[in-house]
Parts: sequence; C-alpha cells; structure tokens
Amino acid sequence: MNLAEHLNVIGPAVALFVGSGTVLLVGLMLPRRAYSFTLTCLALIIAGIWLLVHHAAGTESSALGGAVRIDAFSNFFSIVIVVATLSIVLATRTWADTLERSIEFYALLLTAAASMTILTQASDLITIFIAIETTSISQFILVAIVKDDKGAEAGLKYLLTGAVAAAVLLYGFVFLFGVSGVVSLDQILSFAESAPEEYRLVLLLSLMFIVAGLGYKMALAPFHGWAPDVYQGAPSAIGSFLSVASKATGFAVALRLIYSGLGGGDFYLATDLSRIFVILAVASMIIGNLGALRQTDAKRLLGYSSIAQAGNIAVGLAALTAGSVSGASAVTFFVATYLFTNLGAFLSVHFIRSKLGSSELTDFAGLIKRSPLVAVVLSISLLSLTGIPPTAGFIAKVYVFNAAITGGDLWLVGLVAVAVLNTAISAYYYLRWLRMMWLDEPSGDSAIRPDGWQQTVLVVMMAGTVLIGILPNPLINAAKTAVESLI
Amino acid sequence: MLTGFLLLPLAGSIMTLFVPEHRKTEARWIALFFSTLAFILALVIYVAYDSTAGGMQFVDSTNWIQTDVVTLGFGLGVDGLSAPMILLLGLLGVVSVLVSWKIDEKPGQYFAWLLLLESAIAGVFLSLDLIQFFLFWELELLPMFMLISRWGSGRKLYSATKFLIYTLAGSALMLAGFLLLGAAGGSFDIQQLTESPVTETVLPMAVVFWAIMLAFLVKLPVVPVHTWLPDAHTDAPTAVSVMLAGVLLKMGGYGILRIAIPLMPDAALQSQDILAGLAGLSIIWGGVITLRQTDLKRLIAYSSVSHMGYVLLGVSAMGAVGFSGAALQMFTHGTITGLLFVMVGYFYDRTHTRQISEMSGLIHHLPKGGIIMIFAGLASLGLPGLSGFVAELTVFLGAFEAHPVATTMGIIGVVLSSGYILWMVQRVLHGPADPKWEHLRDSTSWPEWTAIVALIIPIVLFGIYPAILAEIVETGLQQVSGIVTVLEGGI
Repeated sequence: MNLAEHLNVIGPAVALFVGSGTVLLVGLMLPRRAYSFTLTCLALIIAGIWLLVHHAAGTESSALGGAVRIDAFSNFFSIVIVVATLSIVLATRTWADTLERSIEFYALLLTAAASMTILTQASDLITIFIAIETTSISQFILVAIVKDDKGAEAGLKYLLTGAVAAAVLLYGFVFLFGVSGVVSLDQILSFAESAPEEYRLVLLLSLMFIVAGLGYKMALAPFHGWAPDVYQGAPSAIGSFLSVASKATGFAVALRLIYSGLGGGDFYLATDLSRIFVILAVASMIIGNLGALRQTDAKRLLGYSSIAQAGNIAVGLAALTAGSVSGASAVTFFVATYLFTNLGAFLSVHFIRSKLGSSELTDFAGLIKRSPLVAVVLSISLLSLTGIPPTAGFIAKVYVFNAAITGGDLWLVGLVAVAVLNTAISAYYYLRWLRMMWLDEPSGDSAIRPDGWQQTVLVVMMAGTVLIGILPNPLINAAKTAVESLI
Repeated sequence: MLTGFLLLPLAGSIMTLFVPEHRKTEARWIALFFSTLAFILALVIYVAYDSTAGGMQFVDSTNWIQTDVVTLGFGLGVDGLSAPMILLLGLLGVVSVLVSWKIDEKPGQYFAWLLLLESAIAGVFLSLDLIQFFLFWELELLPMFMLISRWGSGRKLYSATKFLIYTLAGSALMLAGFLLLGAAGGSFDIQQLTESPVTETVLPMAVVFWAIMLAFLVKLPVVPVHTWLPDAHTDAPTAVSVMLAGVLLKMGGYGILRIAIPLMPDAALQSQDILAGLAGLSIIWGGVITLRQTDLKRLIAYSSVSHMGYVLLGVSAMGAVGFSGAALQMFTHGTITGLLFVMVGYFYDRTHTRQISEMSGLIHHLPKGGIIMIFAGLASLGLPGLSGFVAELTVFLGAFEAHPVATTMGIIGVVLSSGYILWMVQRVLHGPADPKWEHLRDSTSWPEWTAIVALIIPIVLFGIYPAILAEIVETGLQQVSGIVTVLEGGI
C-alpha cells in the first residue's frame, strides 16, 4: 500500500483536520470571520463527498498498519457524523456569528468531527483510545465556549467526568491487553474465540470497565450524571452535537468492538455482556424518563430524554450480544433515525433560545402561531422520540424491540416489557410539550422567524423523520450492509 | 377502495389545517364534504361486500418493511367483522362533524384532528398485519389527546392525560405480545397467524394472551380498568364523546375478535371463565355506578361500561352465537350511545348544565329533543323492536349455556339499565316544568337534526330487520367460531 492509498482511507478525516487548521490559520491572518463558516462547510462537504464515494464504491480496506479500517460500517456512521455536524453548523450560523470565539468554535467542531470519523474506523485499542481523547478534548472546550457561569460549570463537569471515564476505559483496555497480549481487534478476535475459561473473571472485569467508559459517551445510566447539566449549561448547538454525533460514535465503537473484536453473540462471555446491557438499558430508560417528567427547561428535558433514548438503543446491544442477528442493524438504524429526530428537536430549541433568550417549556406556548414551521418540525420530532407513527422513531423502536424478542431470551423479553412501558411514561412529557405548542396561548405576540439556513435544515430533519417513518426500507438495507461488513 | 376510505379523512384533515383561521365556515364544509364522501364509500363497501364468498375482500396490500428477520406487510382488507365497523365509523364520522358545527374556536384545527382520528380508526379496522394494526392503534391517541385537552371542558387536561396514560400503558404490552407472536410465528400477517396459530413462545401463551388482552380490555373498557372512560367522556366535546363511545371502544372488542381469540385460541379458551367473570362484574358494577350518577354525561358514560360488558360476555361464550351477539352489540351500542351523547350535548348546549338535579320537566320546553332522548333511552335499555334488543338477546342466547351465572348477572344488568335510564328520563324530562328553562327552544339547525336522523335510521332499521347486519357479521365470524369449536371439541 502506498501513501496515496493510506490517505484515501483516512481521507475524510484528513479533510476535516486540514479544514480545522485552515480555519484557525485564516482566522489568525484575516480579520473576516465569514471565512471560517464557509471554510467549515467546505471541509464538511468535501469529507461528505469523499465518504459517499467510498460508500458507492463499497471500499473495504485497512490502512496505517491495521490501525484503521474503512468499510460500509465506518462509512455509515461517518456520514451520520458529517451530516449532523454540517446541519448544526448551518442552523446555528447566526448564533455563532455573535460568539466571541467563533473561529475556535468552528475549528474545534471540525477537530471533533474528524476524530469521530477516525473513531468509526479505528480497529485497534490504541487508536480507539486516542481518537476518543481527541474527540473529548475538543468537546470539553466547546461545552465551555460561551464564557459564563453555566458554561464554565458544564465544561468543568464534562471535563472531570470525561477524564474519569477515559481512565476507566483505558483500564479496561489494559486488562484486555494483559490477557490477550494484542491490541488489534482482529487479533483480539482470534484470542476471544479460544480464550481459556480461567480468564473469565479478568475478561469480565475488563469488559465492564470498557462498557463503563463507552457508556459515558452514549450517556447510558449510571454513567449519565453529566448529561442533564451539560446539555442545559452548554450552548444548544453543542448540546445537539453531543447528543447526536457523540452518541453515534459511542455506539459505533461499541458495535465494532463487540462484533469485530469479540465475535458478537459467539463470544463465551456474550451472555454476561448481554445481561450488563439489559441492566444499563433498564436503568437508563427509567432514570431518563422519570428525570424528564419533572423538567421545566427544554434543554434539560432533552438531556434526560437523551439518556432514555440511549437506553432504547442499548436494547439493541443487549439483543446483539444475546445472539440476535438483527440487534446490530437495529442499533445502526436507530442511530441514523436519531440524527433526524433529535436534531429536529435540538435545533428547534436552539432557535427558540437564540430568539427568546431562554428555553423554558413555557416559552414554547402557542408556538404554532408565532412560528408554524418550527412548531411543526418540533412536533414531528417529539412524536418520533415518543415512538408514535408514522415517524422514524416508531420504526426504530419496533425494529430494536423486535430484535430483542427474536433473541428468545427471557431477560430480553423482560427488557422489552420495561421498554414499552417506558414509552408510555415518555409520552407524558413529550406530548405535554407538544400540546403547549399547539394549544396554549402564546407568551408573546410577535412572530419569530428562522433564517433561511435554519428553515432548510429543519425541513430536512422533518422530511427525514417522516420519510423514514413511511418508507424505511432503504435505510434498513444500508444499516444491514453496514453491519455485514463487520463480520 | 379501502385505501381511499383510509386516505379520504386524512386528505380532509390536511386541507382543513390550511384553512385560514377566520374562514370558519369553509373548514366546516370541507370536513363535512370529506367525511360524507368517506361515509358513502363505506356504504358502498358494505353493500358490495359479498357475504356468500366471505373472507377478506377489496384487499390492498404491499410489502412495507424488510429486515433481516421479518417482512412486514402493509395490507388493508375488509371482512364480515370489519365491514359493519367501517360503516359505523363512516356514519359517526359524518355525525361528529355535524354536531361540531357550532365549534367556534379554531374550527380548522379542530376538524383536522377529528378527521385524522377517523383515518386512524379506519386503519385499525382495516389492518391485515399486527404491526400495522399497532401503528394505527397508537396513531389514534394523538388526535384524541389534542381534542379532549383543547376543546374539552372541566378538568380537560387531566382527563386527556389519564386517557393517554391508560391507553399507552395497555398498548405497550400489546406491542410486546405482538412481537413475541411474530417472532414465534415468523410473520406478522394476521391471516397467516390465524391459519397456523402460534402454540409456543418464550413466555407461556397465557402471559402473551393477557399482555395483548390488557390493551383491548382497557379500551373496551372493563371494570377495573375503566376509570379513564367517565373522565374522558365528561370532559370531551360532544363529537369526541360520540366517536369515543361509538367507535373507539369498539376497537377493543374488534381486537379481541380479530386478534386475541383467533391467534391464541387455546389461551383464550382457558381464560373464558375469567373473561365471563370480568364481563359480569362490568355489567353489574357499571350499572350500579350509573344509578348513582348526578351528571347526565357521566351517567351515559358509565352506562357504556355496563353495555360494553355485554360484548365481553358474548365473547367469553366462545361460540358462534356469542361472537355474533358481541359484534352486533358493538354496532348497535355505537349508534345508540352515539345518539345519547348527541342528545346530552343537545340539552347541555341549551341549559349549560349537566347536573340532573338542576333539570326538570325539560320536555315541556324542548318537546322534540325530549322525545328523541326518550327514544334513545328506550333503545339503550333494549326495547324490543329496536336494535339494542336484538344484540343483547343474541349475547344472552350465546352465553347462557357456557356461563349461566355471568349471563344471569347480565340479565340483572338489563334491569339495572331500565332503572337508570327511566329514572334519568323521569328526572330530566318529566316532573314540574321549571320556569328558569322557559326561554329554551328546540333546535332548528339542520346539522343537528341531520345528525340525529342519521343515527335513528340504523337503530330502527336493524331493530326491525336485523338480518342485514347479522348475516354479514356471521360470515365474518365463521373462521374464528370454527377455530374455537374445533378446539372445544378437543378438550
């Protein structure tokens, strides 16, 4: 393999890194801020096209001595990340222009997206860890990019918990390396296939640490403590980035580790792993939903809701490790629908916050009169988060629950029972919010209008949510192809 | 054709949404136009349904979702069980638009939700696939929640939320049950699962049966999971009460006859005594509670609990006659209670109270309304010659042999219902004329009268000549009766 071929594999990430550097350099040399927006979009579009070319060509190859691997799976998740980042950049432009540090905002967003792209490709433990760290460091700063008390508190909280999570993850990796003596996922796989029984305890310990470390990324309870505070304190642009892109990466890493590193349901500890995921999923759904019930702030509510949703996605992980074939594709599918659904919700909240200066639920009263487009988009997103048809969220939930049930394991049947009952709880706070927008009297008379980019992005998110809800087949097929490339 | 019936109200819904807020009359006419069109289509479907051939007809189906494990179909079809339900839905769709004519608060949005509700319920009655059935079952929640919580009265948000939580909690387990059945049977196609029922899942069949049944029992509703109903009814606007009592509750009975029994006949047979017990309890408890009501609308709401108990009683007999009785009762209760709620709305619009104690001698001031109310009351207590009698009699005939005790309770329930209906009529309509109601005049508005007449026609028609309904219902139930008869022979 020559340099060009190596470069081709990690090309999208390189494009984003270069973009980030260029934004910084141009920002230093030229006073015009507008360039950073344009450059950021340009970098994201180049990366996106590059990924689409890989996707169309069906590229599958390893590079950099096996540290990264490009396949349908990494492309799928990278596209999710790039699309999410681009949407956020476009929809929050007006807000970013008012930032004191808008150049750093764009540069760090690109660094984070680049590391996430690498993370979806990473196929040895060291690369995974380094990419996670690069992502996290960018995000620590992004959370606190607005210098006020709330931002600082959120940033510090995210930093401290993040540091602990990274340490725990690394500890887990060390254990795994200690017993196997290898770091690349391929080699770990051949070790796992014939791992002797006496390693059981240490392997289990290692897996628990790894799950804890990744659970922080996915905002799974009980590693969720940071989520509500950070989602509330951080700017909503960053909140949406964390909830969609960061979460997607967490699940991508988990899926690749479980599938390529441990052999999915065939691993002899898979059942134990499945039990762990069942417990985490149940805890996340219950804590997330009960927490969300009491919230009066939209951002904080979405923080809790994203914990509950992580629980829903983790149902798929539990199914996968219990040997259900469709568990992995269900998770993949869910993450992609979550992009449209949750960005629709978060960017609507961002819009209200940037216009009204606060994001209390009461600010949304009568939104249908003040800003019909945003109200409709947010409503569709809330319906999708609840799982009411005909939206993507409905299909995603049915897909994940169905995967769990086909596993035929009693734990999973119980898990699905808890999950469906939690759906009922979540309907209470999602639909209460929806009702306020449609039926309550507005708190102010003035109409509020989103700018052109915001309108476009919001409409795309809504269209995605509804289209996937009605015709889910193309996305399901893409998710299946993605997962098949792991095996 | 069925796709047309499903999409017509939806099209109307979308159109009314875009009517500017000040052009209220246009929203009403659009809603009336689309619901009438849907009704005509329902009538055509009902008449064109070939009951000698039986089975699912007018099927529109396509593959919808393909995952690694299953293929989900999206199919619409109508048989002898769903055809009357579709007719009832079409009829009440028009009636509910007509009785909402005077809604003045954002009629565009109101009618949009109302028509969306009609589409969602149509989807439930027409679905050929379990997941699709669940999809429409859930879809119906949102319009109901919006309609009650915005255009209702009293503690409307509380009632709407209670409705939502009860139904969602019930249907949540239904989804789990469906997934278990689908996983074991390898398909979610209702017809396929009926022909080769699943006999084994990870959980005992009885658990799956009750998980699914719970959703239907909540919807029906059956004591002790009925408490959402009186609240929802009392605080809902008239049209929503009509839809709720008329067709929404029938989704429960329909689900039992279409899914719970044919797909899990063994478990259903084993549970028949419990079902009969619940039915008897609902009939008696519902009846006794009804007697104690002081609010006219709440009284009718509780009487629904008692009357839907007959549906469950018929079902619990697990035989052709009982099933027919249950299906007939669903249809007739839809029209009769629909009319009762229209009349309650009629009185409330004029007196602005629903307290029975404040009304007295209303028939002196509102003679036409009073007579219709008496007519509806008599139909409700099962007067021979009207459709309620036929249905209740069939239920008793079907159920007596299997469950003599529960059936006796049912017959006591008839006595109770005579009690509360006649007592209500006496307190509200007769007695000394109260001078404070002297200014009241009977309605002269055509929408109101059209609605009333539209409901009276089927009550009289099916009372005098039940065969036109019973025949088609029996065809629809042949398959499920066949299944349980074979099994009962085996036990």
